[in-house]
Amino acid sequence: MLSIKNLHKQFGDLVVLDGIDLNVETGKVVVVIGPSGSGKTTLLRCLNVLETPNKGELQINNKVLDFSKKVTKKNIQAFRKQTGMVFQTYNLFPHKTAIENVMEGPVIVQNIPKQEARNKARQLLEKVGLGDKIDYYPYQLSGGQQQRVGIARALAMEPEVMLFDEPTSALDPELIGEVLQVMKELAEEGMTMVVVTHEMGFARDVADEVIFMEGGHIIERGHPADMFSRPSNSRTKEFLNLLSE
Amino acid sequence: MFPLSNLIIASAINMERYLDIFQSSFFPLLEGALARTIPLTLIAFSIGLMLAVITALFRLSGIKALEIIARIYISIIRGTPLLVQLYIIFFGLGSVGIEIDPFPAAIIGFSLNTGAYASEIIRAAIQSIPKGQWEASYSISMSYGQALRRIIIPQATRVSIPPLSNSFISLVKDTSLASTIMVTEMFRKSQEIVATTYEPLLLYTEAALLYWTICFLLSLGQDAIEKHLNRYVQT
Ligand SMILES: Nc1ncnc2c1ncn2[C@@H]1O[C@H](COP(=O)(O)OP(=O)(O)O)[C@@H](O)[C@H]1O
Ligand SMILES: [Mg+2]
Repeated sequence: MLSIKNLHKQFGDLVVLDGIDLNVETGKVVVVIGPSGSGKTTLLRCLNVLETPNKGELQINNKVLDFSKKVTKKNIQAFRKQTGMVFQTYNLFPHKTAIENVMEGPVIVQNIPKQEARNKARQLLEKVGLGDKIDYYPYQLSGGQQQRVGIARALAMEPEVMLFDEPTSALDPELIGEVLQVMKELAEEGMTMVVVTHEMGFARDVADEVIFMEGGHIIERGHPADMFSRPSNSRTKEFLNLLSE
Repeated sequence: MFPLSNLIIASAINMERYLDIFQSSFFPLLEGALARTIPLTLIAFSIGLMLAVITALFRLSGIKALEIIARIYISIIRGTPLLVQLYIIFFGLGSVGIEIDPFPAAIIGFSLNTGAYASEIIRAAIQSIPKGQWEASYSISMSYGQALRRIIIPQATRVSIPPLSNSFISLVKDTSLASTIMVTEMFRKSQEIVATTYEPLLLYTEAALLYWTICFLLSLGQDAIEKHLNRYVQT
């Protein structure tokens, strides 16, 4: 289980996360929505410890990071290993082929023998539908294909929780479906996921819970069907109306 | 007409003499290049590159003391003439009892010089790699060192090959300055031959041609490396 307690993050004087509390049961999918600048990316980055929160506590299974105390590099590493991050802009390693991108973590970080890592990477790429593209460099792949390599790269580290930061927002419309399909399959296999996305169809089909963020707060949370049909908060309602326009 | 035909006859005689001197000086010059100029360049460039990477990492470390050390080093080397640096290392240190042989003294001087200039190239190249590459590395639990070695440096290398090739080619030519601290590299050899033949135009032109040949071969090498490293970028 993933648990976030009273998470605070500010950049200088700008408070970006102002006391976030969230629990995600193992195997559940939480979709995060909210206007630009509301702190969605920062929340995911804190979970991957790419940002260090100013206050609060993160827990995944038995690994805890308490930011009111001093956290060590080692603790951060141990925590980070449990989360896999998928970036809005893919951030693939351009000098490595698709399969090398996926193998990199297992070989370099986990010291898995190359051949074994290669086999596993091939399986993962097949799983995301890229079995025939394993030796392509990122520049030779479409955005949707690159993002699927990004997903495979994160999965190769066998994380407990997968984090997706608007994984389809940089894609041409016709490429969005293939990425969402992979994510849906992951969810069906029981992966715990926190997904920032404005793909309402995906949220409706896949999410167990939707949370609406604004100004560094969680304003509303609920089951997607309930929240989309009768949002209780007026800000949520406005935002959903904007999205459906 | 008289002076012209004289000149032609004189030239014909000279031509023969030129060819003789060219022939007899070619192998000594080549030897100077193979035994001194090229080894000096290769060794100094290798050590210089290591210094450069360390200096660049110091500058990017975010640790004030290391940054200041790097800045002072770069500032001193860039702010003083290479010739003066060589004189200090060889004659200067020699005069206070720190006697270094000409060749190692030249290696020290050229390495320090290359280290300072190349560190700025490498720093700029590292900084040109998007932040997302670091973050993607960290997100798969790489350490700083792993990210640097596996992800950042390989990409920075591609960016820095053209300017580093410039440094390398400059270094080949700059090693002629080692002649002033008694390294019998190619240029000093040509000076020695001029002293006995009194043909400065011929000998120095010959040396120039050899430098040019070396640099031309190096630029072919640069092309090959660039082609290899560009395999993963869209053309
Ligand atoms: N590294 C940073 N330094 C300063 N401000 C930042 C930084 N990262 C994000 N912010 C600010 O934090 C706020 C929230 O950003 P973000 O989490 O990216 O929001 P969202 O993903 O919901 O659009 C924005 O105002 C943004 O400008
Ligand atoms: Mg964002």
